[in-house]
Amino acid sequence: MKFAVIVFPGSNCDIDMYHAVKDELGEEAEYVWHDTESLEDYDAVLLPGGFSYGDYLRSGAIAQFSNVMKEVVKAAQAGKPVLGVCNGFQILLEAGLLPGAMRRNESLKFICKQVELKVENNETMFSAGYANGEVITIPVAHGEGNYYCDEETLSSLKSNNQIVFTYNGENPNGSLQNIAGIINERGNVLGMMPHPERAVDEMLGGADGLKFFKSIVKQWREANAINA
Amino acid sequence: MYKVKVYVTLRESVLDPQGTAVKKSLATHGYEGIQEVRIGKYMELTLDESVKDVDGAVKEMCERLLANPVIEDYKYEVEEVVAQ
Repeated sequence: MKFAVIVFPGSNCDIDMYHAVKDELGEEAEYVWHDTESLEDYDAVLLPGGFSYGDYLRSGAIAQFSNVMKEVVKAAQAGKPVLGVCNGFQILLEAGLLPGAMRRNESLKFICKQVELKVENNETMFSAGYANGEVITIPVAHGEGNYYCDEETLSSLKSNNQIVFTYNGENPNGSLQNIAGIINERGNVLGMMPHPERAVDEMLGGADGLKFFKSIVKQWREANAINA
Repeated sequence: MYKVKVYVTLRESVLDPQGTAVKKSLATHGYEGIQEVRIGKYMELTLDESVKDVDGAVKEMCERLLANPVIEDYKYEVEEVVAQ
């Protein structure tokens, strides 16, 4: 399986994302620059964390208009897995591939710590490796992760089972209903604030994120009938 | 030439943590009676005569990029200025 790791000016978790896929999973991964005109050669798209375009105006606001985002939209429409972590999640929101918006953390502080997540929906290609209700530990590192959407959007997220991860116990940023990660209706575009790519090896402080990437590969292989 | 002043603020229904922090700080400084503080962004755009529909253009810029309509409201003022 071939992953594209999109690199915007200001991305800083691209190497972690590449490492997770290439070194921990042993799958193909390539860095793809933000002005790339096509993503046809890739099976999945990863939007890493960081501070694309310096977070000027709003996190992810400027990145949504980069060339590659037109291709990310096409990949999403084609049903390819698209994952946005942290700044990648903010970009997916700004681009309208996921509903809602990000506000500054309620505490106004940048938070960088391990948090507990609860798996709310394991029937997605990203979370199938976990059990429903499973509590996992994944690090967060952000200043704007306070997810918000209006009542109508929230009830549709709930009724479609689009809330995939919630914070368990302490909510680090004040997000609505403890939301940590959501998926689109079709089930192929997921955005989350915590960083699964930073939890793929016990040496990093935990490996709970590994199942996440393994799920993507397993589901993709099954869908494409390729034996691993 | 036109000078456009754009004000972007969080929508009333959206909690403003920065405003809340500033409000607390004002209270610590002894200022009383402050009901609420809301923090927004102020942007100045200078447009030249090639822009025919200034209102339409500014609205579009606000809705597409300058504000996020999910959480923010915007307003703007257009001022005609004579080029020096």
